[in-house]
Amino acid sequence: MTDTLADKAAGATPKRVVRKIRGLSDRAIAWIFVAPTIFLLLAINIFPLIWTIQLSFTNFRANRLTREPEFIGLRNYERILTDSDIWLNMQATAHFLFWTIALQVLIGFTLAWLINKKFKGNDLWTTIIVLPMMLSPAVVGNFWKFLYQPQIGLFNYIVAFFTGKEPSSFEMLGSVQLAPWSIVIVDTWMWTPFVMLICLAGLRSIPDYIYEAAEVDRASKLRQFFTITIPMVLPFLMLAVLFRGIENFKMFDLVVQLTGGGPGSTTELTSINLKREAFEKWRTGYASAYAIILFVTVFGLASIYVKALNKVKER
Amino acid sequence: MKGFLTGLMRLHRGPWEALATIIIALGVFMLMQPFVLWAFTYSFITTLVGTVMFIVVSHFPEGE
Repeated sequence: MTDTLADKAAGATPKRVVRKIRGLSDRAIAWIFVAPTIFLLLAINIFPLIWTIQLSFTNFRANRLTREPEFIGLRNYERILTDSDIWLNMQATAHFLFWTIALQVLIGFTLAWLINKKFKGNDLWTTIIVLPMMLSPAVVGNFWKFLYQPQIGLFNYIVAFFTGKEPSSFEMLGSVQLAPWSIVIVDTWMWTPFVMLICLAGLRSIPDYIYEAAEVDRASKLRQFFTITIPMVLPFLMLAVLFRGIENFKMFDLVVQLTGGGPGSTTELTSINLKREAFEKWRTGYASAYAIILFVTVFGLASIYVKALNKVKER
Repeated sequence: MKGFLTGLMRLHRGPWEALATIIIALGVFMLMQPFVLWAFTYSFITTLVGTVMFIVVSHFPEGE
């Protein structure tokens, strides 16, 4: 009888180790396999989180390592939560979050619904639509910067074509009114395909016999849409909203490339502000408290969403 | 409403989770609203209370 790979491996294991392993229960062996992952999780996620919480109660500055950090209690939290500039950053984030999610869900679902119709070349269209999502945010930020150029940018010329305005008469990235919308447009352009793919998976998971039964019952197309399509795609849609909501709450790279938080601080989202506090002003303790506030907010929102998702799935 | 209150009294998971969810949503709204600064100031503690409450009450028994 030829040796299997497992037999060969067992033969290669030193006898001392074999004796030790034979004495272990299945549970103990399972723990041995899981332990490295748990250790990594603790080292990479849990330890930094606990350390950040601890730093948030101090006046620690990472550029002055020789100075002993002082415990200052809740003063960092108090400063952040009474700062009207941070309040404005939160409002900028809320504007970005609300409009990107609303537009991405609306356009993403519509595209998925259209792509789901069988027509010639729909695979090609799916690939073309999905392309922006595959690009790096740094690249997207840079080339949209060119598109938004008032003199040579294509975006201004397209808007001018439809509105009759002079292309150089408005500046998407330089105007206080338009800059928040410019980042919404770019994020929507980049991430709508992601929402579309998730919705498409939802639409394709609906069995045809449900529609056939509805046809037999003479349900109109509109009724079929609202009583079959929407309820069955809803869990997928909610998942997309959860993913995009958490991602956009932490949005950094794209906006830094496009506007750098400007003009003034109109597009300074919380993550950009946090980075400035931590690595430009070196107020590490303060930035830690800021990070904890954002973490608790995202964690709370995610809890609601996971609960809602489970409820929809149960239905 | 009566069922909700009874569920709260009997420490059932459903109504308590609903209450925690409302508190979290309120906290997030307070954090991002553009109307009054004091709501922003108290937003974090509201969200924190809601989140901790959610974690605790999700271990409560399911109601009948």
